[in-house]
Amino acid sequence: MPEFCGIELAHPVINASGTFDAIAARKVYGDELLERFPFSAYVSKTITLEPRAGNEPQRIWETPAGMINSIGLPNKGLEGFLADDLPRLAELPVPLVVSVMATSREEFSKLVQTVGERSEVAAIELNVSCPNVHSGLIVGEQPVETEATVEAVRAVTAKPLIVKLTPNVPDPAEVAVAAEQGGADAVSLINTLKASAIDPVSGRPGVAAGHGGLSGPAVRPVALAQVRAVAAAVSVPIVGMGGIASGTDAAEFLSVGATLVAVGTESFRDPEAGQRVAAELDLNLRSR
Amino acid sequence: MTAPFGRRVCKVSESRASGGYRFFSLIDEKGPPPLPGQFYMLATERHWEQRDLRPFLPRALSVAETGPAVAGVRLDFLIEGVGPGTERLCELEEGESVWVNGPLGNSFSPPRDLSAGAAGAILVGGGIGIAPLALLRRTFAERNIPTRVLLGFRSERHSGGLDELFACCEVRLASDDGHRGHRGYVTDLLANLLEGDDARSAAVYACGPPAMLETVRTLCLERGVACELAMEAPMACGYGACFGCAVPAADGGYLRLCVDGPVVRATQVTHA
Repeated sequence: MPEFCGIELAHPVINASGTFDAIAARKVYGDELLERFPFSAYVSKTITLEPRAGNEPQRIWETPAGMINSIGLPNKGLEGFLADDLPRLAELPVPLVVSVMATSREEFSKLVQTVGERSEVAAIELNVSCPNVHSGLIVGEQPVETEATVEAVRAVTAKPLIVKLTPNVPDPAEVAVAAEQGGADAVSLINTLKASAIDPVSGRPGVAAGHGGLSGPAVRPVALAQVRAVAAAVSVPIVGMGGIASGTDAAEFLSVGATLVAVGTESFRDPEAGQRVAAELDLNLRSR
Repeated sequence: MTAPFGRRVCKVSESRASGGYRFFSLIDEKGPPPLPGQFYMLATERHWEQRDLRPFLPRALSVAETGPAVAGVRLDFLIEGVGPGTERLCELEEGESVWVNGPLGNSFSPPRDLSAGAAGAILVGGGIGIAPLALLRRTFAERNIPTRVLLGFRSERHSGGLDELFACCEVRLASDDGHRGHRGYVTDLLANLLEGDDARSAAVYACGPPAMLETVRTLCLERGVACELAMEAPMACGYGACFGCAVPAADGGYLRLCVDGPVVRATQVTHA
């Protein structure tokens, strides 16, 4: 039974934020989803203070061994989340992690404080892959911004804080250290890699925004190298992710220093992927 | 009825050419019978990722017909090879294993006006889009709902599935090249039907290429005719997880076609 930031989990496999809508999945699959819930903790899709509709289509593009997405964080906003989604997510049989994103420290603090006060919430993940409205810089690409942001939200909650790191930086370990110094209880990585594709028929970008984030097995070796580098630099636990599709893949991430792993894109292909990866990982670890 | 959670392996019981398309059947021992308009996410168990490491994601296919099998249900699909995923599915051989997730999505609803003098259902299909209308037509026939079928094709090559799926019933045809039926668009046939005095009591159901759907949508909205469209969008998961299959909603924001569709009312979307 892995323990993560004081939370006991049934196995080390959780979901990557934004890759499994448990509310939609329960409508599609009914309560069988709850009886065989594939993850040991559930990370919500990222919420923001105000509602967001998300990006104009086309939003996804298949690539060799992966896909590019440009979804744009559609969500109901904090109020909508608390009223509509949180009661339903609280019915899941596993601890709930809420992912939040904001464009200023003030907004981040409001989100974290409000969400952190809810007893249904076990931990909070900070999505810092967004620009700060004041500086225009992507918070998670700047160690100084990252540390200041984590420090600000650290002051308003006692709940475990997980900082989701972007891979689109020269030195992710430097940002991880900054997050740890700011008071993060854990870091999770990688978020998607910035990527583009061109539709060979139309000659236009594969996703309407022109670029998006690459995920799937294509990114796994990159993710593994970054988890390895971060693990060498920080002492907080790490949630490793990036293209994990099997127990063997998951074992790679644990062997370089991850405490938990997250499954993302593979759930699109196999809704039960989390449970399958956990079972395969268990066999893999027993056979050593 | 909800779908079984997860994906399962189903065997191919039949696979053959149908004009320029392929027609194949799977035996699903676990799932409930699909409703007209519902779809499945499909990927072959072996040799998926076969060309330039694609296809990677499963492909969404509407079910064309279904019936009881010795164990479970038979699922019929009509498919056109247009990319790495559909081309691989066109190569399916009898006995091969396919990953199946579904039935997914919503389904068509019956006409609201079922009174004696009402115009009944008008089904409008274009090309490969005729597939989900076959199951819809049979469902309506079993309920004695008067149904007229209008189908359009670009050319003879693109009229596959017609004999398999609509052999039993009277259909009015249109073809771009005039090889069968009316020379022109299937929407010309629809416009004629909607000239009738009873048009407002009709219910139109359409599936086909976006330009056809948009013409159907506009024709119906202009005449105040109830209309449902089975739409398509790039889709990674089929069960609401990826948020890829967004289409603009008439009241702002987006619909997810996999869980809010694939069948939408003409009034729900800004364009087809």
